[in-house]
Amino acid sequence: MIIQTIAFYAFAAVTVAAGVMVISARNPVHSVLFLILAFFNAAGLFVLLGAEFIAMILVIVYVGAVAVLFLFVVMMLDINFVELRQGFLQYLPIGALVGLVLLAELVLIFGSWVIAPDVGGRAASPTPLLTETTNTHALGQVLYTDYVFLFQGAGLILLVAMIGAIVLTLRSREGVKRQRIGAQIGRTREESVEIKQIEPGSGV
Amino acid sequence: MMDIGLSHYLTVAAILFTLGIFGIFLNRKNVIIILMSVELILLAVNINLVAFSVYLGDLVGQVFALLVLAIAAAEAAIGLAVIVVYFRNRGSIAVEDINLMKG
Repeated sequence: MIIQTIAFYAFAAVTVAAGVMVISARNPVHSVLFLILAFFNAAGLFVLLGAEFIAMILVIVYVGAVAVLFLFVVMMLDINFVELRQGFLQYLPIGALVGLVLLAELVLIFGSWVIAPDVGGRAASPTPLLTETTNTHALGQVLYTDYVFLFQGAGLILLVAMIGAIVLTLRSREGVKRQRIGAQIGRTREESVEIKQIEPGSGV
Repeated sequence: MMDIGLSHYLTVAAILFTLGIFGIFLNRKNVIIILMSVELILLAVNINLVAFSVYLGDLVGQVFALLVLAIAAAEAAIGLAVIVVYFRNRGSIAVEDINLMKG
């Protein structure tokens, strides 16, 4: 139990510190790297909670796909990030004010909040005991039966997002030679060879 | 030391959520950092969902966290594509330059 406590505090502290660095780092590349660190430690928190599948998906989807996408975009765009940072201190007071108000509200909610005693018996799909089955197995049994339409909907949204991203960023640039097999095979003798009569001795 | 309970996880999630909101205000000119702040907010929500799911013994919370994850990935892909297209057209991604539709 003591190891669990220590692990929780370590993961939580690193997650929060990485979150602070994400929003305050000077270089956006560092921001992305701290975002990856925050996701890794949040995955550790999920493992501590006993939700291994979500933790692994978090590492695969966020660190493997989303954060790398961010990294690509930050490195691909040639942006003067110093210029973008101007006004950082100007927005600090209002940001701090809003953040403090939000945090105070959340603290107030936490202070006056209790769980109804009979809520455990009302679970829509109760978690099976860990001795009977694993977290991944139990999650699959719920996800592919009761929530299969939501699952398919999420897949459709991802498909639309993929097609949308490709449509948005695909462009055909001028002056780039690429292979067009139809045009190349469809060439005729008349349009590709021309016979010129040249006077003897006059040169081309 | 006391046991780690639900409120500990909720506190971490609340701090992360506030950091995300704070980041949006702090980096008002940089769209990429704003998108990262949104990811932080979604991560905080996911921590909340999973913590409640585990402590109330209801798996639906984890299913919902999974769906939130999928939508967050789609949102990041579309958002970054929009940023790339915008940078190609205007040569800048500063938020205050995005005013073409102001009329």
